[in-house]
Amino acid sequence: MTDAEDIAWQKLDKRTLGVTTAGMLGVCVAIGVPVTSGLINNDALPVPLVLLLVLSGVVVVVGAVVLYDYLRIRKTWFRVTDEKVELRTGILRRQHRAVHRERIRTVDVHAHPLYRVFGVAKVHIGTGEHAESEGSQLTLDAVSRSFADMLRDDLLTRPAPTVDSDEPVGEPPPVLAEFDLGWLRYVPVSIWPGVLGVAACGVAWQITDWFGLRDSVLGQAAELIRELSLWTVIPLAVVVVLVVGLVASLAFGVEAWWNFRLQRTGDTLQVRRGLLIHRSLSLAEDRLRGVELVEPYGARLLGGGRLEAVATGIRDNKPDQPGEDTKVLLPEAPREIAQRVAAEILREPESPTTADITGHPRAALRRRLVWAVAAVAVVEAVLVVVGMTVTSVLLDVAWISAIVLVPAALFAAVENYRNLGHGHTEDYLVVRYGLLARRTAALRRSGIIGVTVRQSPFQRRLGLADFTVTTAAGSGAFTAYDADDAEVLAVACRVVPDLLDPFVVRD
Amino acid sequence: MPGEQSLRLRAPKNLVDRRAVTWWTVRALLDVVPVAVVLGVLAAVLEEPRPWLVAALVATLVVGIPYVLIMPRWRYRVHRWESTDEAVYARSGWLWQEWRVAPMSRIQTVDTVRGPLQQLFRLSTLTVTTASAKGAIKIDGLDHELAADLVARLTAIAQATPGDAT
Repeated sequence: MTDAEDIAWQKLDKRTLGVTTAGMLGVCVAIGVPVTSGLINNDALPVPLVLLLVLSGVVVVVGAVVLYDYLRIRKTWFRVTDEKVELRTGILRRQHRAVHRERIRTVDVHAHPLYRVFGVAKVHIGTGEHAESEGSQLTLDAVSRSFADMLRDDLLTRPAPTVDSDEPVGEPPPVLAEFDLGWLRYVPVSIWPGVLGVAACGVAWQITDWFGLRDSVLGQAAELIRELSLWTVIPLAVVVVLVVGLVASLAFGVEAWWNFRLQRTGDTLQVRRGLLIHRSLSLAEDRLRGVELVEPYGARLLGGGRLEAVATGIRDNKPDQPGEDTKVLLPEAPREIAQRVAAEILREPESPTTADITGHPRAALRRRLVWAVAAVAVVEAVLVVVGMTVTSVLLDVAWISAIVLVPAALFAAVENYRNLGHGHTEDYLVVRYGLLARRTAALRRSGIIGVTVRQSPFQRRLGLADFTVTTAAGSGAFTAYDADDAEVLAVACRVVPDLLDPFVVRD
Repeated sequence: MPGEQSLRLRAPKNLVDRRAVTWWTVRALLDVVPVAVVLGVLAAVLEEPRPWLVAALVATLVVGIPYVLIMPRWRYRVHRWESTDEAVYARSGWLWQEWRVAPMSRIQTVDTVRGPLQQLFRLSTLTVTTASAKGAIKIDGLDHELAADLVARLTAIAQATPGDAT
């Protein structure tokens, strides 16, 4: 053991300044070009004056940010001792933070393309505590790639294993899953082509505004409609949007999951992936409480699903791009592969997500059908009432929308009911739910830290209940909706008898 | 499950304090009376929308009076709690009912809240939280001295029980 005071303080990599400068120049080009062209098109100012204004603005902004970053890098010191990682930051208000080694649960190395050009990487050191509050995470922005990798391996290696480990020393860590190009077949059937196609249209529309082309584009569109009729143009536009979205989502999918590899090093699961942006996520196994098999509608039809970690300290974020969800341990892949990987992640002979699932009583289906009909009836009633009193156009809207909404709502009700279920294995409680994406969550019994049973007056009459197990991981709770109240209780009693038996009566 | 006995959760052992009925009644009155008064005054003052206001007032009273009379008594029959050496168990609600169990080893904090009304009736609300974002147990309408004792007892048991609470 070295004396902690002897270990020298280290500085961030100076090349980070290059990243900042290049990044700021990029931002300035992205903003400056449309602004310049807008001002020139506007004819309000002479061209040389516009260029002078924009360029001096760029110099001031880039200069200020680079100066700030220079000071930040100069004033940031860190050191890694045998006990802890320490970080001193702050230009004016100095801050000193320390995280003890045994509390470190995640070390994520993130290298954007720009970082890679300069040979540096950002390192996030997290303690995996509930929510990513300030102070539970240290960020080194940025250090050299080699140092970042060394630091990650160093911090996540536990001091001398106490029990003899399963992995023979010296062998490469076992790889649980690797990317297969065939998995891209699940991209076209996801929601992303539609979402990204519409988003691309929005961006294009914005750009036409910058260059003052909106009127001419609208004119051309009107021309096209006149020549080809509305009923040709609409399907054509939908096809174009979907094709653009498909290309974009494939590009995002490849970028996010290229070189994907899930492996286990000691007691840490590690996900590495990414074509342009290299992402690396490390998850200490003692944070894992289970897995969730997610089968989005399209992928489910093709027999595919993805795996998400149910683990403490992982943010529950909604991604705005495919592949940005940190919970995902395996992207959409054939179901057999997902089940095998789930088993290996949990160190079980067979994945608990393959357990026999008991569906919920028919009364649950009747409730859903009633909700579906009621929801549509409310919408239609509003349309009809307003249509009769204000404008009769809404009456047409009412019957046309009813033709679409009634089957859609009934389909949703049936689909949601078919996805309801629960089951168990020796060590796991399994809950299934979801509308378009069917989610099968398997929660380890030791991860269950509470039980909630909820009943509405209607559920009491029908013998149904919403049965929830709470956990420190993920969103905090998993619910079996509208389960048979006695039967789900019997299943739960088999999984967590210590917790429930004292409060249960058998008649 | 064929061939097996039917299972159900039994009621927790302890009732909450009888004064809780008065507290819930006052709270219900505070919800209903201002609405009724405002509607009544407006109906007396404004000529044109009077039929609408009277209809709203009648609706408020038709829902509100049974609510004030029935809800507190119903709640008193539902709200129950129990703490063993292993777990805290509570039932709450009236129309919509909820049973919650949290094991001692997973309890993170135990605290009480006393609003101004509760202070008037010498009542407390006890909250038991676990590491789950969704697992907190609330016990309304406990006698405030009993609640203070319970906090001390639960904290002691939770500390003595091994486990890292996650």
